[in-house]
Amino acid sequence: MTASASAGKIALINGQLADPERDTLAPGGVLVDGDMLRDAGAQVTAANAGSDAQVIDCKGKVISPGLIDMRAFLGEPGAGHRETIATASAAAANGGITTILAMPDTNPPVDGSAAVQFVLQRARETACVRVLPGAALTKGLAGAELAEFGLLREAGAAAFTNGYKSVRSSQVMRRALTYARDFDALIIHQCEDPDLARSGVMNEGELATRLGLAGVPPEAETIILDRDMRLVAMTGARYHAALVTNVLSLDVIAKAKAAGLPVTCGISINHLTLNEADIGDYRTYLKLSPPLRAEDERMALVQALADGLIDVIVSDHNPQDVEVKNVPFAEAEFGATGLETMLAAGLRLVHAGQISLPKLIAAMSLRPAQILQLPQGRLAAGAPADIIVFDPDEPFVVVPEELHSRSRNTPFDEARLQGKVSLTMVGGSMVLRDGALV
Amino acid sequence: MAPDSAISAFNHRHLLGIEGLSRQEIEFLLDRAEEFVGISRQVQKHKADLEGRTLINLFFENSTRTQASFELAGKRLGADVMNMSVATSSVRKGETLIDTAVTLNSMRPDMIVVRHHDSGAVHLLAKKVSCSVINAGDGSHEHPTQALLDALTIRRNKGRIEGLTVAICGDVLHSRVARSNILALSALGARVRVVAPSTLLPPGIEQLGVEVHRSMETGIRDADIVMMLRVQRERMDGAFLPSVKEFARYYGLDDEKLSWAKPDALVMHPGPINRGVEISSAVADGPRSLINEQVEMGVAVRMAVLNVLSRNLPNG
Repeated sequence: MTASASAGKIALINGQLADPERDTLAPGGVLVDGDMLRDAGAQVTAANAGSDAQVIDCKGKVISPGLIDMRAFLGEPGAGHRETIATASAAAANGGITTILAMPDTNPPVDGSAAVQFVLQRARETACVRVLPGAALTKGLAGAELAEFGLLREAGAAAFTNGYKSVRSSQVMRRALTYARDFDALIIHQCEDPDLARSGVMNEGELATRLGLAGVPPEAETIILDRDMRLVAMTGARYHAALVTNVLSLDVIAKAKAAGLPVTCGISINHLTLNEADIGDYRTYLKLSPPLRAEDERMALVQALADGLIDVIVSDHNPQDVEVKNVPFAEAEFGATGLETMLAAGLRLVHAGQISLPKLIAAMSLRPAQILQLPQGRLAAGAPADIIVFDPDEPFVVVPEELHSRSRNTPFDEARLQGKVSLTMVGGSMVLRDGALV
Repeated sequence: MAPDSAISAFNHRHLLGIEGLSRQEIEFLLDRAEEFVGISRQVQKHKADLEGRTLINLFFENSTRTQASFELAGKRLGADVMNMSVATSSVRKGETLIDTAVTLNSMRPDMIVVRHHDSGAVHLLAKKVSCSVINAGDGSHEHPTQALLDALTIRRNKGRIEGLTVAICGDVLHSRVARSNILALSALGARVRVVAPSTLLPPGIEQLGVEVHRSMETGIRDADIVMMLRVQRERMDGAFLPSVKEFARYYGLDDEKLSWAKPDALVMHPGPINRGVEISSAVADGPRSLINEQVEMGVAVRMAVLNVLSRNLPNG
């Protein structure tokens, strides 16, 4: 991480504190000292910030912990034409994300300690936000041989995931979970039965039938998730379902949690705010894996987020260049960018009255921090000074060319969103100030 | 008919599918096609409607019948017709669909007829060119001129479409012909059934407003029209169906099964037929078969489509 602005004492005053720990939204400020939070609350004002503090008036905007995105593809190594750690982190800073868990589906995959060190080094040199390497669960992401969990963890891997590929073999998954438990390693898994999902390009159902496209049934996800829950029960490993997208999966997660299994789950911002009908006239930017589901599923997912059954919201940032998107739908690559628009898209749910602002922020900061065992995600003295300031009401139209990702495949192309980040602070350093990168 | 009325009755630049067309627009195309049936039966088949216009047949999938039908339609209307079979040329490797579209567009054609193996590919191409685009079949999505020629064939033989019961039988899952026919015939007031083993029925098909049948006995009963679909052999190797033999036994149309339909029921098939698989030779060649008439109507319908769309071209 590059030092962007000098870290002394900084008082962010006159804001609305969105505190995910207390589940409150209340007037106040935060006092930053070096790379730590010294104080947070109504008592932090210009008057008692201290004469040595730089005072920034937030003018009623929201102050919250920096967001933590547990699922993003950053392009390095090997896919610099789609994204780089520098461009991804610029997009993240503009979107209020201060920590990114990088997916290991790179070329070569991040399945050895050298690759983990490479990602960390590139992040130190080029990123303005924190980058945590996610390491491969299996060598080469091939789903056959276990990766070196111990060595990868020592090198700095924050979690183990097979990325976009589901592990087909129940035996491999069982051994991975069994072995992971010895290291208290977190396993993150995208659940998809490769046979049921094969050749499918959108949600199975009437719409796919009308468009003449092959469908992926929700069961393709739930069958593997259900299998994994039984394996977690056998092994006791910490398990995070990367993306749940349907009510059948919600039932499985609810049962697992009720049984006390060490299980959490995430959802992409796309599945919370878009549905299969948004594909419209074969819009390939909305070709996602798992696919966007029907509107009634989306409504149930939003409710499950509000109820806390879904723990985490991720951007599922997956930049793709135009050559692989500007082709017939069935041939197009899966994926959409999301780092820069995750917060604003999520605020749609707040503006619609479907979730409170502190709860939304919790799913984007506190909960990911707890799952990844990070000290971030809190507005409390002693927490790292990863802070953002945003106006949740400020309207804007998404213009792909104005976003900072190297790729343009945003599913919110030309969408009207509300919520602009004006300040992003990472470890006490301002990397975004007055809405511009420092 | 005066050009002005053509423009007002069919105000589209492209024909990408039946979806989005009103009943009036479909009927308008059928009425125009009737005129071209007569012209095609004359010795002098030439019209000058498309004089000076260029029509490109761009086929990414092999097709003899549809391509020949569009070629004849274009030539009878006086257009210069160029056939491009991308499926067999080197264009397929490396060059993208959009590159091909942009290249052809630079040659200033007035119309491009496109067949492609991917659903939605013709829509994508239509966004990148300045001429009219006609969908000659995209993936499992639509084949609008096939539905129009089927509707015309039915209307000429039954005198109407409203109120008829049409059973569409066979591989509905993979069939663009089925989808376009469901849309067109429903819009024209027919009762549409689909008849297939469950593995060849697309999920949610009943929400398209059709009756769904898993057995030919109930599906064909009292039908006015039995429309068979072509089944690809590779789908009967155990993936969707156990064997050709089993499919032919339960879903192949023969005289016995046809006897379950109305006594004056007529039989259709978009071709090419698999004799002895989805249809027996006796039925295909029998007195109730409209298969050859469908081919004739195909040329007339395509002439009508080219004619109507050409009026919406700049300087049309």
